[in-house]
Amino acid sequence: MKYQVNEKGYYGDFGGAYIPEMLYPNIEHLRQQYLEIMQERQFQKEFQQLLKDYVGRPSPLFFAERLSEKYGTTIYLKREDLNHTGAHKINNTVGQILLAERLGKKRIIAETGAGQHGVATATVCALKGLECVVYMGEVDIERQAPNVARMKMMGAKVIPATSGSKTLKDATNEAMRDWINNPVDTHYIIGSVVGPHPYPDMVARFQSVISEETRKQLKEKTGSETPDHVLACVGGGSNAMGMFYHFLDDVDVNLIAIEAAGKGVESGESAATTLLGKEGVLHGSRSILMQTADGQVVEPYSISAGLDYPGIGPQHAHLFKVKRAKYVSITDDEAMQAGLLCARLEGIIPAIESAHAFAYLEKMKFSGNETVVICLSGRGDKDLDTYMRYFDL
Amino acid sequence: MNRLNQLFKNTSKPILSIYYTAGYPALESTLDIAEKLEQAGADFIEIGFPYSDPLADGPVIQNSSQKALENGMTLHVLFEQLKDLRKRVTIPVLLMGYVNPVLQFGVENFCKACAEAGVDGVIVPDLPMYEYEEMYKDYFIDNNLTNIFLVTPQTSEERIRKIDGLSNGFIYLLSSNSTTGKSTGISGDSETYFSRIQSMNLENPTMIGFGISDSTSFNKAAQYTRGAIVGSAFVKFLDTENALNQIPQFISEIRG
Repeated sequence: MKYQVNEKGYYGDFGGAYIPEMLYPNIEHLRQQYLEIMQERQFQKEFQQLLKDYVGRPSPLFFAERLSEKYGTTIYLKREDLNHTGAHKINNTVGQILLAERLGKKRIIAETGAGQHGVATATVCALKGLECVVYMGEVDIERQAPNVARMKMMGAKVIPATSGSKTLKDATNEAMRDWINNPVDTHYIIGSVVGPHPYPDMVARFQSVISEETRKQLKEKTGSETPDHVLACVGGGSNAMGMFYHFLDDVDVNLIAIEAAGKGVESGESAATTLLGKEGVLHGSRSILMQTADGQVVEPYSISAGLDYPGIGPQHAHLFKVKRAKYVSITDDEAMQAGLLCARLEGIIPAIESAHAFAYLEKMKFSGNETVVICLSGRGDKDLDTYMRYFDL
Repeated sequence: MNRLNQLFKNTSKPILSIYYTAGYPALESTLDIAEKLEQAGADFIEIGFPYSDPLADGPVIQNSSQKALENGMTLHVLFEQLKDLRKRVTIPVLLMGYVNPVLQFGVENFCKACAEAGVDGVIVPDLPMYEYEEMYKDYFIDNNLTNIFLVTPQTSEERIRKIDGLSNGFIYLLSSNSTTGKSTGISGDSETYFSRIQSMNLENPTMIGFGISDSTSFNKAAQYTRGAIVGSAFVKFLDTENALNQIPQFISEIRG
């Protein structure tokens, strides 16, 4: 439990709820209610049922034989890419929509970068018949047209964020502004382990199903519940937190979080937050973020829209600071090559986000037969254009 | 007792405060605007220091913040400019902005710099009460700085009492739960809430902000509180031609 949030909403030095008074009643209401609601029997029953019948869980733990052969170790892939809507994001939106219903909310808002969280939110809103508004940076709307179409088809209203850099961080600002202006009837489904307490903890709990299943599946396949290494990519960090969650207290498990170095950590076009960032406050929590000496948030860059975020969740900042997990970075080029390799060796096209985790295999040294689990957080269908252009296919 | 406390003690007419963003429209306009506002009869001013991600602000103040950053405004630049503040301005001055630039400047350094410049108080909407009390309160007190808290129609009575206990200047009542510049005018619902606050007989005076843009809303606000704050409407006005020389007219129109 020492890596989990305390009663004040902090993970060591990080977390808290740095929000203006206009958001306080909503956040406080959520803070008081979320654990109780999530522990209700009826809630758990509905949540588990939806995860099984709607999302398609448990997601398989797949032994990647040819990748294992190439790297001389045993590699398993946690197939979050096989979930309904194609990524881990839906684990959280299913949980939060059930919570929103119990809080009596009629209208759902969300932010999205690549559109995966927006699609996962639009999906559960259609399922539950709730009004859905998704904020998306104007720039991202242009580069992720298929996901915009999916959201619209499911009845969501997609509103372009036209402020600032017109990407994920601005979409998040717009969603928060919407919530300030609609405090009574609206629930904000944050898509990652970021935001004011209790969001990071709540989202991590909903995503923790990933590592919960992995332990059982590993036990069946290898006889041991714990692997040697766990790899996951980090933007805000929701798939990584879900993948790490039930391994945090097993100190022998090597947790590796892979950030996006973009065109290189020193290039000025990067999203390697732990390397380039400093402690500060963004989107309601104290964490590590990329910023100027004056405390202005710096625009990140990554080829993958899902990792294109200037911060990381507060729990990640804590795991980084106390060195429970290792934070490394992978460039655009390394990730693209790893994505192609996975397609060629395993017949699986990973999301470019997830491909960052695969790329780190190249940098690891394996002695004997170690077990590695990689979170394959999403499928690469949404990235086909980028892959095609990059490899001139 | 600082200038702000003196103002509330010695003034009987409705108090008018004006917000604007430092470094907007031009980097060097910060003190010129302050001086003109005092000459025009503003009772105190709130100078915003810009932030890249102002999530409680509507488009007008987002835009002024972005322009100010492009003009080169930072907290260091602002404190340089404010070295002449008390040579040119005698009315109370508050600084207003988001917490992250303050954290990077260092909260203690920030409070000291405010005191040296002759700043009377600070409004940091995303600095939570818990963190203020536990970590930063002493820096404010040591530097004779007032920390101003916001109250919305949704803030509970228990919390308002706690805010009253922690405040020593005034309490900033938001006319509605909204971002800045969103609403104009004061609704019947707002009046019910102002009456509720009025009947609580708080220790601190109250001022109303958000949605105050003309003499009607200003005088309505002054019926329930000591006065009101005009922000977005003034920042928008600064964008008009020859705005600096029109400030007296703007102020007299608000007072009506």
